[in-house]
Amino acid sequence: MTAQAPLISGSSVVKLARGVKLREDPVRGHVVLLAPERAMALDEIAVRIVRALDGERTLARIAADFAAEFEAPVAEIANDIEAFVRELSIRRMLEFVE
Amino acid sequence: MSDAVTASVGAPSTRSRPLPPMAMLAELTHRCPLACPYCSNPIDLTKANEELATEEWIGVFEQAAHLGVLHLHLSGGEPAARRDLVELTQAAVSFGLYSNLITSGVGLTEARINSLADVGLDHIQLSIQGVSPEGADRIGGYKGGYERKIAVARWTTDAGIPLTLNAVCHRQNMSEIDAMIDLAIRLKARRIEVATVQFHGWAERNKAALMPTREQVERATEIVAEARVKYQGVLVIDYVPADYYSSYPKACMGGWGRVGLNVTPSGRVLPCHAAETIPGLSFETVRDRSLAEIWYEGEAFNAYRGEGWMPEPCRSCEHKKVDFGGCRCQAMALAGDARATDPVCIRSPLREHLTRETERLSATASAELVYRGR
Repeated sequence: MTAQAPLISGSSVVKLARGVKLREDPVRGHVVLLAPERAMALDEIAVRIVRALDGERTLARIAADFAAEFEAPVAEIANDIEAFVRELSIRRMLEFVE
Repeated sequence: MSDAVTASVGAPSTRSRPLPPMAMLAELTHRCPLACPYCSNPIDLTKANEELATEEWIGVFEQAAHLGVLHLHLSGGEPAARRDLVELTQAAVSFGLYSNLITSGVGLTEARINSLADVGLDHIQLSIQGVSPEGADRIGGYKGGYERKIAVARWTTDAGIPLTLNAVCHRQNMSEIDAMIDLAIRLKARRIEVATVQFHGWAERNKAALMPTREQVERATEIVAEARVKYQGVLVIDYVPADYYSSYPKACMGGWGRVGLNVTPSGRVLPCHAAETIPGLSFETVRDRSLAEIWYEGEAFNAYRGEGWMPEPCRSCEHKKVDFGGCRCQAMALAGDARATDPVCIRSPLREHLTRETERLSATASAELVYRGR
């Protein structure tokens, strides 16, 4: 049986897979990412990244947009985004558009 | 009277308010065409005419969402035996609950799966009993079940619904774990649960026929570890190892009354599906009391919540933060006392006896299966 995990780079374009949902959790007062048998409480930065995964922009484009908005070094932001996206990918939470 | 008031006003309770539940298992029905010999349903199955009506279930889902439940597992029995499954799913979705259908697949058609997709079902968890029609259908006690499951898997992924395979493993199918993982890849599942049989409900009656051997359990653990590396990013593998061969007990239910709750077909609210095997606990129903009151104040939920109930050696053990004292129903079944240290634990005085008994059961040459409900 062969099956290959997608590689993640600045040119990846991803969005949340069907069955993975970002929602407010008013009872506990935070935002959670829900997937089968998983609930991840996200901090504000993680929520911003997840919302940016729109299936249109590359990860490099998203990093550049954040760098401009927060006046922060783009390389650092790109690393953070790719590391976070890799974690979501391992958990099968993403759909790869390209 | 005044003493009681003084006591409750004077000193703050040592028990802090429990956290809200994360997950609810709704056993919509106990009806099921299959007869798996390890079914977690109780021996005393609820009859169809005792089941909650559609509006009652919808009311329970709404209460659950307000209480803080995030994941709703629609289970059974076979939930597809409920004619109102699509309506119930639609209601659950409307309350923002993450809806997961736990099914044998029997009773689902392509049209019904498409209807479930249309109303927003988030996920399907499909059971498999083995990787060949003969073997799987023998365990499930239902001819044609395997072929139907393969079709249901295809309809599910065709409809865009994410799929998990759930494989309960025991001595009679444990040599197929690698083939089950391959099947999950072939059926385009995103996830597989490889869950060693837990000896509650009907499984308790089939211990001699289902108890895996030590060699099987060790091999299973190796196969899972290898497959997790090989399929990283392709298939999520959740593994429930055989606790009878472990040194410490499982963190049963993530702690009693801590993470989740079960609602039976007739609306009784339980801390876990086997809780009714513990004598002396009284269970309340959603027909008499709100879900929130039962969760926070119910006697059964508070019986083994937190650490106050624990005897030694659990009370002073650092593992209590990890395993919450293990499984109360297992303590009841094996030690005859629901407060006892889970006999799986190496610190239990019963551990040596359990090890000998486990080896004896796993070496039983042949044992007839007792099928659920038959």
